[in-house]
Amino acid sequence: MSTLHTVNKSPFTTQALVSCLNHAKPGDAILMIEDGVYGGLGGTGLTEIIAEFGKNVSLYVLSPDLAARGFDAGRLIGEVEGVDYDGFVDLVTKHDRTQAWL
Amino acid sequence: MSDVKKFLYLNRRAPYGTIYALESLEVVLIGAAFEQDVALAFVDDGVFQLTKGQNTDGIGVKNFSPTFRALGDYDVQKLYVERESLEERGLSEDDLMEVVYEDEDDDWEEKPAIRVISRAEMADVMADADVVLSF
Repeated sequence: MSTLHTVNKSPFTTQALVSCLNHAKPGDAILMIEDGVYGGLGGTGLTEIIAEFGKNVSLYVLSPDLAARGFDAGRLIGEVEGVDYDGFVDLVTKHDRTQAWL
Repeated sequence: MSDVKKFLYLNRRAPYGTIYALESLEVVLIGAAFEQDVALAFVDDGVFQLTKGQNTDGIGVKNFSPTFRALGDYDVQKLYVERESLEERGLSEDDLMEVVYEDEDDDWEEKPAIRVISRAEMADVMADADVVLSF
């Protein structure tokens, strides 16, 4: 049994991403969407802690949301993978439940 | 009219995730018509509003970032960006779009409107304002 977690808030504004990381189980996936995609950026004050969690959970960002904000995949932490809307659907079907961290 | 006040529009939110950033820009453009001394401040996630290369084709939302480049035409000449906020987010001035204004006191020469300043300097900018409008 595994969970897909979605986070849609900037990690610099709310605790949503950190709280999600602290609750996710090994084998879970976290998809950062909307303002949540900032959590996938490399070189930030949060990069190290997020990369550390990336060893046990799979980390994704929704690429169209990333592009809207002026960034491409090259700016992402190595552990973070970009997915499109089809990839979002695949992640939903691959896991047993989806949990949103609003 | 000599009753010019210093207006500071304080932007602390990222674009697109909420409506604040777009609404701020709308109010700035309206306010600019009243010939006041207008400045914009970008602090915390607000610095994300000015990243270059924004492309919203994939999310079905209007890309309003080019509108910042029109601010010069409305005589908005000061876009203060906090350096510490950039650095905490892994950004530098190179990640920001170019915004210029034409300086009427200098033969209408184009000059950069974006000024990256320190947190301490930002505090001074805030303290110097007559009116602060927060978004």
